[in-house]
Amino acid sequence: MTRRFLPIALAAVAAVSAAPTLPAQANIRVTGAGATFPYPIYSKWVLEYTSLHPNIQINYASIGSGGGIRQFSDRTVDFGASDGPMTDSMIAAVHGNVVHIPTVLGSVVPTYNLPGVTRPLRFTGDLLAGIFLGQITNWNDSRIAAMNPGVTLPDQDIVVVHRSDGSGTTYIWTDYLSKVSTEWSRRVGKATSVNWPVGLGGQGNPGVAATVSRTPGAIGYVELIYAIQTHTAYGLVRNRAGNFVQASLASTTAAAAAAMASIGADTDFRISITDADGADAYPIASFTWLLLPKQMTNPATARPLLEFVWWATHDGQRYAQALDYAPLPAPVVALIEARLRTLTLNGAPVLPANYGGRRR
Amino acid sequence: MASPATRRIVGAAMTGATYGAAALAIVPLAAILVMLLTKGAGSLDWDFFTRSAVPVGEPGGGFAHAIVGTLLVVGVACAIGIPIGVGAGIFLAEFGGGRFGWVVRFVADTLNGTPSIVIGIFAWAWIVRPAGRFTALAGSVALACILAPLVARTTEEMVRLVPNSLREAALALGYPRWRTSLTVVARTARAGIVTGCLVAIARVAGETAPLLFTALGNQFFSTNLLQPIAALPLQIYVYALGPYEEWHRQAWAGALVLILLVLILGTIARVATRSRHERA
Amino acid sequence: MTALAPEQPLARAPRVSTAERWRDLRIVSPGDAVYRVALMLLALVLPLLLLAIVGGLVVGAWPAIRQFQLGFLFRSTWDPVAGQFGALPLIFGTLYSSLVAIVIAVPLALGAAIFLTEFAPRWMRTPVGTLIELLAGVPSVIYGLWGLFVLVPLLRDVIWPVVKPVLRWLPFFSGPFYGPSVLAGGTILAVMVLPYVAAVSREVLRAVPPAQREAALALGATRWEAVWTVVLPYGRAGIFGAVVLGLGRALGETMAVTMLIGNRHEISLSLVQPGYTIAAAIANEFAEAVSSLHLSALVYCGLVLFVITVCVNAAARWLIWRVARGSAAGSAAL
Repeated sequence: MTRRFLPIALAAVAAVSAAPTLPAQANIRVTGAGATFPYPIYSKWVLEYTSLHPNIQINYASIGSGGGIRQFSDRTVDFGASDGPMTDSMIAAVHGNVVHIPTVLGSVVPTYNLPGVTRPLRFTGDLLAGIFLGQITNWNDSRIAAMNPGVTLPDQDIVVVHRSDGSGTTYIWTDYLSKVSTEWSRRVGKATSVNWPVGLGGQGNPGVAATVSRTPGAIGYVELIYAIQTHTAYGLVRNRAGNFVQASLASTTAAAAAAMASIGADTDFRISITDADGADAYPIASFTWLLLPKQMTNPATARPLLEFVWWATHDGQRYAQALDYAPLPAPVVALIEARLRTLTLNGAPVLPANYGGRRR
Repeated sequence: MASPATRRIVGAAMTGATYGAAALAIVPLAAILVMLLTKGAGSLDWDFFTRSAVPVGEPGGGFAHAIVGTLLVVGVACAIGIPIGVGAGIFLAEFGGGRFGWVVRFVADTLNGTPSIVIGIFAWAWIVRPAGRFTALAGSVALACILAPLVARTTEEMVRLVPNSLREAALALGYPRWRTSLTVVARTARAGIVTGCLVAIARVAGETAPLLFTALGNQFFSTNLLQPIAALPLQIYVYALGPYEEWHRQAWAGALVLILLVLILGTIARVATRSRHERA
Repeated sequence: MTALAPEQPLARAPRVSTAERWRDLRIVSPGDAVYRVALMLLALVLPLLLLAIVGGLVVGAWPAIRQFQLGFLFRSTWDPVAGQFGALPLIFGTLYSSLVAIVIAVPLALGAAIFLTEFAPRWMRTPVGTLIELLAGVPSVIYGLWGLFVLVPLLRDVIWPVVKPVLRWLPFFSGPFYGPSVLAGGTILAVMVLPYVAAVSREVLRAVPPAQREAALALGATRWEAVWTVVLPYGRAGIFGAVVLGLGRALGETMAVTMLIGNRHEISLSLVQPGYTIAAAIANEFAEAVSSLHLSALVYCGLVLFVITVCVNAAARWLIWRVARGSAAGSAAL
């Protein structure tokens, strides 16, 4: 019996390995890993770009910003992605061989599961800090009611949901909370992975969104598109000007506008735009970055990768709006172009000096 | 001493309790199978088996990359693990009386009890980290490490069941020991060995933990052993934890495919052993 | 050959020892040595593999071992930012959830085993036994999937509101029930562990000599009394071994637990609170731990888990071996 099956089994394995006609067996393979925050727009970009250039396959593994930074630093991927920029010590660990290229703007919203509450709730920074510190434990707390007159809040325990993996979304959220709450800044701080005082852990933006939608009374933080796609309610947040703002294309763009004044040609793009000035600015917005090596080493993937990044920051921006990400402001795009031209492969720049994008 | 009536009542009650325990033990299995069929069967369409993952919101999309990934990773794991397992098993049965045999047996049992995530760490430390990337091969090696000791022990049991008279008859007829072992003993135990392998393959096909940071998973269709690769249990895990209804639907369908695979392998194994015993 | 001298008797065989005779009769072929060596090399892979696993774990954990030493096992802070790692909540959660699993599974498994060996009609034994054994074949991730969408809502929305007024006062059930919890994790572990405990208990009970049972019945015991007073005590060690085996399984289980336990680094006596196990923490955090110390701490946890499960499984095997010596089903169940 074994003698009969063995050759069949071997033949099957060989056939599967040799199948050339099955989809996506491309000539050039670029791998990247990182943030779940921009995953919807990145996967849309990959879909569109590979339909334009079928010989290139871009495999982006959405494992969280922490994983993206780690795999980029370990050189197990061609590019990383993170919404928490690398800290100085992380950059030192790769000997400075990294550039941050912003790709889109997104926003992090407080999403919650309260079936009886139909109007979007209003939160302030203090309120969110109090909830996530475990100091406000019930939805009918007077502090929440004070911000939401006219809304009947249920007598229900608040279930905090946070990220269990290393996350740039966590970085943005804790960056904001550190700015608006000195106690948060002192007790917890800001990073891609913190020591959460309370709450359940969810894996990735999808995991947090899933846990919130499954758990009555839960509140978590996710990138806007995840709240929209999963039909979970999300609240308004009060910005520095005192207005309660809902996360949207307009309010995210407004948040970036304030930072444009201070951006210079020598910027490393690691700009935080949380708690921004501006009447309409959404306070928990952020850039998200691709991590690329300054000195690239793989001749097969260097140019295709940079061409993809160029396309994404130019033509690709038109796909951002449909997914509620804000496109990059024009001054930033100009600076990105200049920065991309400085990346080298074996000493020589990867992109030609007059590169203006692929004509196809 | 209680009255006879009390004793009879207690006896009946406890007997009923054991009936209840057995019934309760089967309830989860029934519940799971029913759930898988009702939620998963409807999603098993042509797209599911032929298309790979697509971004959320795009239509179509299936588990082709995961199914093929599992077949490949498990196939390579078998190529590595089964020869080692069968060889070790025959060794233990034929020459395993001494100290070395005792050590191998102890080690095999220890490996069988090792958590699969620890095996995953081992494969990561020895293959992924030095290579600098996640590969399907690392996943296969991890699965082979689970497969080999399992197959070794079942092979040993099956070969031990071969009656000594067969061995002696062959030796008496002039066969050298190696030929006896290979062509008489092993051939007689053949069906049992294959059964043991099938059961082990079924177990290994459903393992997720060792693949988490070796094969990693891949949204694209890939048959490259030196790249990350999707696998059925991995894909179910990711999709189950996600927030999209579309993903949940596919996770149920994938789970149905996986459990059918496991049950079919197990049933073949069971039928093969039973028919052997009925013939014998 | 020389001709025989007439005065010598004919063909009387020279005196040879039995051992010499056997040695002469046995055909020694060079293939024997090759075969034996080949098999030995294949068998050698297993001990080498075990050494490699232990070596890989120790090497990977070394930075954390050097930094935290044994205090790692007794500290509770898990702070990747500050570089402080303590595995106590993980160890506690692993042991606690496994304990819950055993408490739920053992009565059911033992009851099922007794049913199958003592009370079930003969035609029912194989089908029911097979069904229970099938539970062992269901992959962990499918248990997790079912637990996530069926068990957790069942516990949280149907069972908990009913028992809450009564149980809420016990420290084991205090606090709000979110869904993902030690109870949910422990329950799914119980379902996964049940077939192993049941199968091995069944073998142990089958190994009890019929004479024991018959003696009790002859003395006037009811069937249940015969089981309770004679059969079970006889197989006590083996059943205990089955329980320890189940414990060993539960300790190492990863996927289903990760999906149901809530992923919270915290020690709490309450079953309805979220918890964390070593295996779940490794599964969640390993692929993207940013600092090498974090990674090393996770491997250290893996080493701890390995040591615990090896000891527990060895104890289980020894206990079972004492009663149901070397039966095929026993070791296959292992």
